[in-house]
Amino acid sequence: MAHDTAHAMHPPTATGLDTRKLAIWTFIGSECLFFATLISNYLVYKGHSLVGPLPHETSQCMLHGQMSTCEPIFEIPLVTFGTAVLLFSSFFVVLALNGAQHGNRKKLIGWLSATVVCGLFFVGMQVYEFTHFYHKGLGYTTNLFGSSFYTLTGFHGTHVTLGVIWLATVLVLAIRGKLPPEKSLNLEIAALYWHFVDVVWIVIFPVVYLMR
Amino acid sequence: MSTIAMGHAGTEAVPAGKKGLWSWITTVDHKRIGILYGVTAFLFFLLGGLEALLIRWQLGAPDKTFLSPEAYNQLFTMHGTTMIFLGVMPLSAMFFNYFIPLQIGARDVAFPRLNAYSYWVFLFGGLVLNASFLFNAAPDMGWFAYANLTSKQFSPGLNVDFWIIGLQILGIASLAAAVNFFVTIINLRAPGMKMMRMPMFVWMSLITQVLLLLAFPIITVALVLLMLDRNFGTHFFVPSGGGDPVLWQHLFWLFGHPEVYILILPAFGVVSEILPVFSRKPLFGYAAMVFSGCFIAFLGFGVWSHHMFSTGMGPMADTVFSLGTMLIAIPTGVKIFNWIGTVWGGSIQYKTPMYFALGFVAMFIIGGLSGVMHASPPADLQQTDSYFIVAHFHYVLFGGSIFALTAGAYYWFPKMTGRMLSESLGKLHFWLMFLGFNLTFAPMHILGLNGMPRRVYTYSAGMGFEFWNAVETAGSLILGFSFLVFIINILKSLRSGAVAPADPWHGATLEWSIPSPPQEWNFAVEPTVDGRDPLWEERRKAGGTLPEPARVSGAGIHLPSPSYWPIITAFGTAMTLVGFLMHVTLWVILAGVAITMLGIFSWAFEPADH
Repeated sequence: MAHDTAHAMHPPTATGLDTRKLAIWTFIGSECLFFATLISNYLVYKGHSLVGPLPHETSQCMLHGQMSTCEPIFEIPLVTFGTAVLLFSSFFVVLALNGAQHGNRKKLIGWLSATVVCGLFFVGMQVYEFTHFYHKGLGYTTNLFGSSFYTLTGFHGTHVTLGVIWLATVLVLAIRGKLPPEKSLNLEIAALYWHFVDVVWIVIFPVVYLMR
Repeated sequence: MSTIAMGHAGTEAVPAGKKGLWSWITTVDHKRIGILYGVTAFLFFLLGGLEALLIRWQLGAPDKTFLSPEAYNQLFTMHGTTMIFLGVMPLSAMFFNYFIPLQIGARDVAFPRLNAYSYWVFLFGGLVLNASFLFNAAPDMGWFAYANLTSKQFSPGLNVDFWIIGLQILGIASLAAAVNFFVTIINLRAPGMKMMRMPMFVWMSLITQVLLLLAFPIITVALVLLMLDRNFGTHFFVPSGGGDPVLWQHLFWLFGHPEVYILILPAFGVVSEILPVFSRKPLFGYAAMVFSGCFIAFLGFGVWSHHMFSTGMGPMADTVFSLGTMLIAIPTGVKIFNWIGTVWGGSIQYKTPMYFALGFVAMFIIGGLSGVMHASPPADLQQTDSYFIVAHFHYVLFGGSIFALTAGAYYWFPKMTGRMLSESLGKLHFWLMFLGFNLTFAPMHILGLNGMPRRVYTYSAGMGFEFWNAVETAGSLILGFSFLVFIINILKSLRSGAVAPADPWHGATLEWSIPSPPQEWNFAVEPTVDGRDPLWEERRKAGGTLPEPARVSGAGIHLPSPSYWPIITAFGTAMTLVGFLMHVTLWVILAGVAITMLGIFSWAFEPADH
């Protein structure tokens, strides 16, 4: 959060670490357990669905009110591309931070915009994916796979969305010239959160999409 | 001279006076927030106590119809939930708030506005949970809410929903506070206050924050899944859709067992402050105390399934969880021997805080011993769901946490209010509480072993349960009366109590080096520390006595400004979650999100400069 900070002089802390940075790391540590629980929930119910559709197998499922054969749900190429975009956004935000720290406004605004665009693309991909899956017969309550999949990826998507709002807010600050090098921590903290959201996806992608 | 971590110095963006209701609503002073936590939690504690007395009245004689089975279910569920989430946890939070900054020599917590936010979210969560009474729909499925008692099929009313939403709101308060206190302890220690010089209360608080940070996300997810089952038609815990009710038990106790240590570790910390001061000896085995605390917390995450022996997990799981549970007796035993070692050979001062602290050690040992008994699966299968379990957890939670927190209240009251409590009323309180507590809970061991089941609203005459139940009910009245004495003591002291000096007990830690009550900025000059028990060291150097610290002018000391955004953001947060209470009330959720976002942005951009 972009707390105050007009003070170039930060009071010295007991560890030398910035207090807000330590707070975001603490929060991230806590969030790890949040996603660990959601991922565990997905894994516990893997293979326990009573009806289809299923992630990797052809199955019997209800489609338009009658039993029919459902194709496997996942389409790996699209989500692989989305994953790549999200990973690149982590790289872009590092470049933006570098720009912020060295007072290079053009670099800052350019790469931060790219980060926000990548985040938006990922959220868009997820919206498309969810709609697509729904039309293939996987509703939210169709089976345990659907419920646990949508809950896990939905919470991740919410985190990405919040990250986009946060980064976009910092971008507006940057465009208005309110992110001088001594305030670059405002971006660094948002970036740490953004990296965390990416790292969670790096776990979700193989565990949910690739593991059979 | 600005040492507030947020660097939020001198802001007057949202000015407010120092007096009146508005100043309390907008306060970001950790001491005032501590008092708010204390008063609120004590009121909730009395409510939980009243619920307990109603339960005891119903059980005082066989076949009573004072309470209907439905009302009884609601009362025992709300009693447990209230005492844990609205009583003991926020009473600990009162001490975290007030004394962590003072004991580490800081001017405030790391994030004063976030601290205010935590309090308001806690208050709203408590109100939402208790609002269920107004709808005659208080939670009625027991505080651990086992599936499938909680499924829509078996619990169609709003009872479970109030519990889910109330706990979810309270969880946000706990997590926000945990981040805050963790960072405060790590980062705001005064120069020289190394980790291994921190007062034991600060150490135990730090460990508690870690437990909160790692355990609460688990219950958050579990509550979300339960809400989805009830209101959105998923089948996470519903067998007809392939779900597994036992998964709820795992998720709940993965949170629930660390939660037990969240309730007791602050109490350990309080007692570890009091015993040395009133024995005039440094804490025995400081490092062993620190590491045994860490070890308890670590093991606390690996023993959750000992709550589930009766689900039939198989011999392997039973063995592992049984051994892990017995292992916890070792670090806990280390602590108890260290407390005894601290008092041993000391020049003991028989003051009220010391009475309660010693009472804690004795009562907690009894609760610990019965705990080791049901670490054994065959024994546990006999004891589970009987009054033996009720006896056990009241000996650790009441005999443990409440005795220690009451000790802390007597110990720190002079610092918080500038007034001394009456020693004679304090000792009367102790003896009544000690007597009432043991009369209420000791016979439960016998009743449990004789087969009286917990959570059943009555029992028939002739089962042999009458005598001890009558004794328990009489004991509970004495216990309730003891808190009346406490309240009288507080009110009398606030009106006409002796004025407290800065250091009435010859304390060892930094909070006793400043006037009682402390001035808004705590320390006029940032203290430096060069050992454990800094104040004893200073007194020794000064030849035995220290001059009474003067109240000084705070000119030039920058403090964070009051702000009304924390309460607004907290209101938005609570409102958003309340929107999920009855299926989905979209306008409530959207309005809640809008208020929260408005609050966060206004908060983030609150001007920091003149």
